[in-house]
Amino acid sequence: MVREVDPPSIQKEFLLQALAEGKRLDGRITLEQREVNFVFGEELGCVECRLGKTAVLAQVSASIVKPRDDRPYEGFLLINSEIGPMASSVYESGRSSDDEILITRLLEKSIRRTEAIDREALCILAGEKVWQLRLTLHFLSDSGNLLDCASLAAMAALKHFRKPEVEVIGDEVIIHSPDERAPVPLAIHHTPLCLTFAYYENLPPILDPTHLESTLCSGTLTLTLNAQREICVLSKAGGTPLAASEIMGVVNVGVDRVREMVKHLEEALERDREGRVVEVR
Amino acid sequence: MSSSRLEILNDGGLRHDARRPYELRSTSFALSTQSNAEGSSTVTQGLTTIAVSVYGPREPRSRANASHDRAVISVEVGVVPWAQGGGGGMKRTRGDKRLQEIGAAIRQTFEPVIMTHLYPRSEIAIHVQVLSADGGILPTSINATTLALISAGISLTDYVTSISIGLHLTQPLLDLSQPEESDLPSLVVASLPSSGKITLAQMETRLHVDRFQEMMDLGVEACKVLKDEMEGVVKEKTRKIVERMDVRGVAVEEQ
Repeated sequence: MVREVDPPSIQKEFLLQALAEGKRLDGRITLEQREVNFVFGEELGCVECRLGKTAVLAQVSASIVKPRDDRPYEGFLLINSEIGPMASSVYESGRSSDDEILITRLLEKSIRRTEAIDREALCILAGEKVWQLRLTLHFLSDSGNLLDCASLAAMAALKHFRKPEVEVIGDEVIIHSPDERAPVPLAIHHTPLCLTFAYYENLPPILDPTHLESTLCSGTLTLTLNAQREICVLSKAGGTPLAASEIMGVVNVGVDRVREMVKHLEEALERDREGRVVEVR
Repeated sequence: MSSSRLEILNDGGLRHDARRPYELRSTSFALSTQSNAEGSSTVTQGLTTIAVSVYGPREPRSRANASHDRAVISVEVGVVPWAQGGGGGMKRTRGDKRLQEIGAAIRQTFEPVIMTHLYPRSEIAIHVQVLSADGGILPTSINATTLALISAGISLTDYVTSISIGLHLTQPLLDLSQPEESDLPSLVVASLPSSGKITLAQMETRLHVDRFQEMMDLGVEACKVLKDEMEGVVKEKTRKIVERMDVRGVAVEEQ
């Protein structure tokens, strides 16, 4: 793997000095997130999410497959999230670094293991046919905090996506094309979103670190929360030791922040829905 | 799996292996179990056994990974094929993402605790081998790594001890076994017992925020208990070594 050049120590000192005064290099305050923007694609289930200069494109597609024998009522959700050199020159295609594995695993845990998507609702004909959803994430540009951006993009795409309507008559399955009948949205239980905090020695934590901030930090903590005040995933893998109260502090900040983010996401989806003709009544 | 029918906590307040909620599994710590490594340890918690060997500080195997002002730490995690019972368990190979994640977690946990600045331009290699798995691979690995590093004589700022905490309805349970781990929301905490600070916290299942604090506090408390146990083993080992050195010292004087 190509090793990145460490930032010069003068830059590090400057950043830490600014943080000690509660300022960040891009003018944000410590617990402020970069601006989140959604760009909805032509098709349903294609969303690009931008978090400052970080961008991730998520695309959902569905196909019909045979379910597993031991779980005849469950559909599949596959998450493809390989980070290629497009995001940043440190990533190599085909070989995954530690960071990359952490991002992939955390996404998988926060979306799949928390059962955000009702997989039983993907069943068409028990033991015979189920929907297989494929969520592909394209990491377009990495300017820090890919994970949060990817989780936003993924949830937006899943909420945006609609699968064709299916009619079952006896053993026969009729799939209606979107021209015939309006496609139906997925059954989504909750909206887990990731929040990443970066820590520095003896300084308060910052939310949504940029690339430079995350290279210089002494540890990060990623929380996946939903609007129902549930922690879905918490991952603090080493780094600066924190007191239990400090962890509870960021959890409490995260709870409010996620509620705002979910609201923002819903609003963006609503705006898109108004400008789009999916069904005619 | 039959685990879905498992009674987590029975009417008498006992768990499936007859433990009380806050009771740990039988634990044994052994130091220097492997002679060819600089430091090694074998830790058994219940039916989980993990052996860790530490090599180094030594010259880095690859120049590219060396750092001029501190030691670099590399962690490799392996699972022996028979660790999880015949056929029933998941097959895990070296390239497994889950294992790589555990390795990364161990590395990042120990990076701030090992005084890496004392060993510039060198490498400390930690090899974790899971000999039998019955839940709590990550916490047991962390405990074993702490002991192996101590046995290698590498400077640490503190012990790092780790434990898993589960939640059954409103009752927190300590040190989960495999069937409990697959049924309950669980949290793994690794802490520095002297300061009570948390270096690693990992949770993978949905849990309400209000329950979380209680589990975390309990975990930190349990880590302190584990540290006392480990310290006892280390001191006993050191006492034996000093005794042996003394005997030789006396012999030298007599000549």
